Amino acid sequence: MSHPQRAAAFTSDAERTTWHDETLWFVRQKRDKAVYAIPEFQQLRQLASDIKEHTLSRLDEYLEQFEQNARANGVQVHWAADAAEHNRIVLDIMRGVGATSLVKSKSMLTEECHLNPFLIKNGIAVVDTDLGERIVQLREEAPSHLVLPAIHLKKEDVGETFHVHLGTPKGEKDPQNLTEAARQHLREKFLIGQVAITGVNFAVAETGAVVVCTNEGNADLGVNLAQVHIACMGMEKLIPRTADLGVFTRLLARSATGQPVTTYTSHFAKPAEGRAMHIVIVDNGRTRQLGRPDFRNSLKCIRCGACMNTCPVYRRSGGHSYDFTVPGPIGAILSPNIDMRQHSTLPFASTLCGSCTDVCPVKIDIHAQLYKWRQIIAQEGELPASKKLGMKLLSTVLAHPGIYRFGGKIAREGLRLLPHGLTHAAAFNPWAKARELPEPPKQSFRDWYAEQVVKL
Amino acid sequence: MKVGLFIPCYIDQFYPQVGIATYQLLEKLGVQADFPRQQTCCGQPMANTGCEQDAKPVYHHFVDTFAGYDYVVAPSGSCVYHVRKHYDVVEQTGAVQHVRQSTFDLFDFITTVLGVTELPGRFPHQVGLHLSCHGQRGLHQANESEMTPVRDGQLSRLLRSVDGLTLTELNRNDECCGFGGTFCITEEAVSARMGQDRVQDHLLNGTEVLTGGDMSCLMHLEGIVRRRQLPMRVMHAAEIFNAALPQPSPSVSTFVPQPIVAES
Ligand code: SF4
Repeated sequence: MSHPQRAAAFTSDAERTTWHDETLWFVRQKRDKAVYAIPEFQQLRQLASDIKEHTLSRLDEYLEQFEQNARANGVQVHWAADAAEHNRIVLDIMRGVGATSLVKSKSMLTEECHLNPFLIKNGIAVVDTDLGERIVQLREEAPSHLVLPAIHLKKEDVGETFHVHLGTPKGEKDPQNLTEAARQHLREKFLIGQVAITGVNFAVAETGAVVVCTNEGNADLGVNLAQVHIACMGMEKLIPRTADLGVFTRLLARSATGQPVTTYTSHFAKPAEGRAMHIVIVDNGRTRQLGRPDFRNSLKCIRCGACMNTCPVYRRSGGHSYDFTVPGPIGAILSPNIDMRQHSTLPFASTLCGSCTDVCPVKIDIHAQLYKWRQIIAQEGELPASKKLGMKLLSTVLAHPGIYRFGGKIAREGLRLLPHGLTHAAAFNPWAKARELPEPPKQSFRDWYAEQVVKL
Repeated sequence: MKVGLFIPCYIDQFYPQVGIATYQLLEKLGVQADFPRQQTCCGQPMANTGCEQDAKPVYHHFVDTFAGYDYVVAPSGSCVYHVRKHYDVVEQTGAVQHVRQSTFDLFDFITTVLGVTELPGRFPHQVGLHLSCHGQRGLHQANESEMTPVRDGQLSRLLRSVDGLTLTELNRNDECCGFGGTFCITEEAVSARMGQDRVQDHLLNGTEVLTGGDMSCLMHLEGIVRRRQLPMRVMHAAEIFNAALPQPSPSVSTFVPQPIVAES
């Protein structure tokens, strides 16, 4: 299925679409308020962008520096070229300590690598401890948003899920009660978790430490209770110095939810006495993206989700319509790098309005990259044949004023003379499903102008 | 000052009144624009579909058509944005560079080149302004809500200066209407929904006349207004100003434009 098909299915529930749009718009407005209150916000964005561009320009050096410092701290560092290697490394670490249960805080990377199904297949019990992630895990769904993984669900949906899986009373939909049920449920899981996985928001090259930002404190709880901590990170998460961190923490939470800072900003530098800490650094297509000059700077992304909240298409089509780990505008420029054919409709799931580019805290020119991916997808022959032929024809017409004038006249006259039922048949003309066509005038502008010139 | 009028294909065929209003408005402001008949299109429909390569002959044709003018003026920010931003894929000859720099959206031209920031005339209606994304975020003709709470811009200033005209205060000042070129066909469901939401915002807040600087957005919104038979008229802003503005008075027609260096 393509994005338009999944999006059409989503919008067919008009009420739910309204609710989804308004919920995310509310988050966007909270972001706006927080941003307007910081006079230097645009400078901060520029600074963040500069730091990231600099880091990406010498990523190899910073990665080595980071590895060296992490090892010196007593952390074991692993390198994974792709998702499969990442998953194997995690499994090996678990088997090495004889562990069979895992608690995991929020990590888009492990989603990207499909770690959960892999571990479960290998007999490991995996529990996502971020509330939203736990909800979608229980429902066997993928997260639909980077920061708000269960944003596609209403409280009634969550109540139903908890009723089935956690035994809450049927019809219970009070957020307070549901959250309390989840707390009790997760507490048990934390206590038996032998290994804790966290994601990584920032990895500091000069110290070898990783920084994890959460609102629920679940990363800290997991790490502090388990014997082994595995931090999984994409190789683009680096920043050079601790001093750079403040730029990003100021931007991240404001852009994501409008908070001044996430509730928890936890620094993990070395394992506690008698415990072990691992860091898995993953490539999985990032080097390839780094090698594409037009798309390299998509690796600046700090996964704040602001481009989703602002995207008028995302708000009305839902995260699952993108069918990729990272949905929304940023997903639409990351996914063709992974599989252009499978994700060929994503760069077209945009009006190129540019709002994503304007909210992005690290100034990724998202809509310009969407445009560029379209060119590549067309060149690689991944456009539907009808589109391709149509565009060739259009080009011929538009480069030849004579044919153009003739064609335009036919279109206008046709619209004028043919019956409404024919010109507005939804089967031939998707425009007309929800819209009237323009009322064709008797005379075109050029004909009017020609008369004027004669009069002059 | 030689000004060439670029009237995008769909305006030429379906909204001639917008082309006429543009022409007459410029005339009232002392600019006698010329309409070169061999013009066709800026090439955006193809390029946005990914067929930039196929669009190159169209780019050349556009440049050949307009290279001889000091300014190219179009009642469509979207086409202007395309010429300025995306004609970078053909060889940057003197003619190409000149045309890219001197192609202006009508209201940018009136404000920046002609230096006109207020228009006399009367239009006693509540007007809702739809900001086109390419004009606003692309050409920076209006403030963006992503950056600032201030809702200001070239077109809203011009509209406010018209006697009797009140501007609608929208819930969402600058959300995209969902037209998006071929997007309106390929993503019909989302496109229609976006347009319906935009129209609804205007309806709720009392818009009688829905306007904007870009006829493509307005064509889409008008399609929805007419399908739903809503009590709202859709007019390009050039039509409003042209209707409001009296015939050229001496003070206006002797107006001396100040040429400026266009930003690239
Ligand atoms: S692309 Fe920018 S706005 Fe979108 S998630 Fe990444 S950092 Fe945030």
